[in-house]
Amino acid sequence: MNDYHDLVRRAKEQITEVTAAELAARRNAPPVLVDVREAYEAATGIIPGAHLAPRGVLEKAMPQIAPDTSTEVVLYCTVGNRSALAALVLAQMGYTAVASLAGGIAHWRVNGYPIEMPAGAGDTDARYARHLALPEIGRAGQQRLGESRVLVVGAGGLGSPAALYLAAAGVGTLGIVDYDVIDVSNLQRQVLHDTARIGSLKVDSAAATLSALNPWVAVETHAIRLEASNVAEIASGYDVVVDGTDSFPARYLLNDAALNLRIPVVHGSVVRFEGQLMVVDPYRGPCYRCVFPVPPPPELSPSCAEAGVLGAIPGVIGSLQAVEAVKLLLGIGETLAGRLLVFDGLAGQIDVFSTARDPGCEACADPDRPPVLVDYDEACRPVR
Amino acid sequence: MPTIRIPTLLRPAVGGVARVEAEGATIGEVLAGAAALHPEFGDLVFESDGSLKRFLAVFLGGRDVRHLRGLDTPVPPGAEIIILPAAAGGAR
Ligand SMILES: [Zn+2]
Repeated sequence: MNDYHDLVRRAKEQITEVTAAELAARRNAPPVLVDVREAYEAATGIIPGAHLAPRGVLEKAMPQIAPDTSTEVVLYCTVGNRSALAALVLAQMGYTAVASLAGGIAHWRVNGYPIEMPAGAGDTDARYARHLALPEIGRAGQQRLGESRVLVVGAGGLGSPAALYLAAAGVGTLGIVDYDVIDVSNLQRQVLHDTARIGSLKVDSAAATLSALNPWVAVETHAIRLEASNVAEIASGYDVVVDGTDSFPARYLLNDAALNLRIPVVHGSVVRFEGQLMVVDPYRGPCYRCVFPVPPPPELSPSCAEAGVLGAIPGVIGSLQAVEAVKLLLGIGETLAGRLLVFDGLAGQIDVFSTARDPGCEACADPDRPPVLVDYDEACRPVR
Repeated sequence: MPTIRIPTLLRPAVGGVARVEAEGATIGEVLAGAAALHPEFGDLVFESDGSLKRFLAVFLGGRDVRHLRGLDTPVPPGAEIIILPAAAGGAR
């Protein structure tokens, strides 16, 4: 197989490259410049005058950007690889004077040539106007959200509203973990997805929906099942984890990983008309096991598939998870660390119970000895 | 008389109702009182040695009784006790 690097190397043999210095020298008679990076990358600054056309839409966008195929076009990306591949495609489209910027905008920057902010990036004030009006968020808080990284585990009933609101809020990087594909029965509550995407990977659907909602958010997709062997690597580097998993083994594993990595977790769960929510702030408040040291027997812990769930219930709990995540990221308000929120939709009742660290907790009793990461079976016994 | 609030998944053990009233001056006595009315409920909440099942969290006055006096926690007349197993659903 020809891997990415083979393709890039061969593309560079077939196309024309220009250097940053050559492009800068054309200041008075510049070629048409096209930035082929994703919007969230372009949001960090572009070469003045560049058109934005991420590779996924490049072919569609080019006829508007340069209707005449003899127009001189220079493509660029971050380091000059994607733009080399894109230059080949433009040649196939009939463009006869295409070049790729060698070394990409990275070389342009280190040479000290000018950078400007793309037009859309200036919509920040308008986009987040309702946040900027909040004294608890304001400009500094919005900036902080933009620099934040949240991992949403499960792109399902809970992860859908949580990820949508976090993307809309301008959280800079959202990681999405889910190995599953979309089934028609998901659509009753998993509002990230739609009918046309049945059969697609949930993480790909999530990335498409979230990028459409807010193109300035970087979405990192992890189409993988969380296991003891990969959970630490996937979760490390995130500021907050949102737990929208669907099984006790996954919840206990995520709790153990969070204790190891000292990352706060916002746990949510739903069944029928009821939901639960709690925040685990490692070693500062109770962990999931302090409150629920063992899972219920299987007959008392049916999945939503077995027991059913009203679609709007995960809508409520997932939205509350987004609220808690924003509070944790910004250090505002009183989080639900040390408290368990229980929503009973049928009764129309929300209760908040206080919990506490269990000095004998198997997982968090000793901060110097975080739990060893192991996979759990359905009874949450370690699988050896 | 104290009341025990029963989440939907546990209701089959108490004849399908959302609340059970039972006599008792402590958490243990009230739960035992309910178990006398509904034997299945007793099997659900008590281990064979009479301790509380570990998968259940029991709350009184908004607090987890494990951090009060457990089954010996005094229950004021008319108080509401909430019992709760963890829920797992979320993604699929
Ligand atoms: Zn603990």
